[in-house]
Amino acid sequence: MFAVIQQQDFDQGALYKQLQQNAHNAAAGNTGAIVTFTGLVRDYNQSGNIDGIELEHYPGMTENALLSLVEQAVSRFSLTSAGAVHRVGRILNDEQIVWVGAAAPHRQAAFDAACFLMDMLKQSVPLWKKEFKGTDEKWVQVKATDDQAALKWMQKS
Amino acid sequence: MQISVKTFAQTREVCEEPQLSLTLNEGANVAEAIALLGKRSEKWALALDANVLTACNQQLCDQDTVLRSGDELALFPPVTGG
Repeated sequence: MFAVIQQQDFDQGALYKQLQQNAHNAAAGNTGAIVTFTGLVRDYNQSGNIDGIELEHYPGMTENALLSLVEQAVSRFSLTSAGAVHRVGRILNDEQIVWVGAAAPHRQAAFDAACFLMDMLKQSVPLWKKEFKGTDEKWVQVKATDDQAALKWMQKS
Repeated sequence: MQISVKTFAQTREVCEEPQLSLTLNEGANVAEAIALLGKRSEKWALALDANVLTACNQQLCDQDTVLRSGDELALFPPVTGG
């Protein structure tokens, strides 16, 4: 499994191969499904167009929190492996921002784990997003729907 | 005893202190540290007026958590990654 915080863009194909190799090393021949998700920067928010975003993190804690989340996903959904990558720093519209991947013997666990990783990441990993438009900048506020999505996983056994 | 304090995102921008060293009584908890920070300046009082989360030594903690000399206490707003 892996969890990476980085400034530079990432290569989905390379991450898929890394996940597949990790799953093979952990349990050769036991992976029947790999689900991956990639998040991109939209060019608008609730009040109009934006020029891009900037992500701040807490060096040390952010990496550990992301790895802990990946470990939870592997354990909870009996995955053969999982991985997550989140970018920080300035990111322009349409660029990739986050990637999660889950490998499992069957597809439902892989789908569920990918959802779990994204829902919980938005709630428990110290990352803060600021939107830019021209010279204006604005911190993104927590959405109630994001809190509810994470709560759903906390309430399930 | 002394602890180090770090701030992030809106909390950092409003209090204008990314990090500082804080002297506390032995056995003080997070709530007492926050009360002391709130008296440092109007900017700090304003920063703490918002919803602020705390982490002790890079683990999320509540305000009852007892601090020890050398601990790193971080204050930041609810997270918005993803």
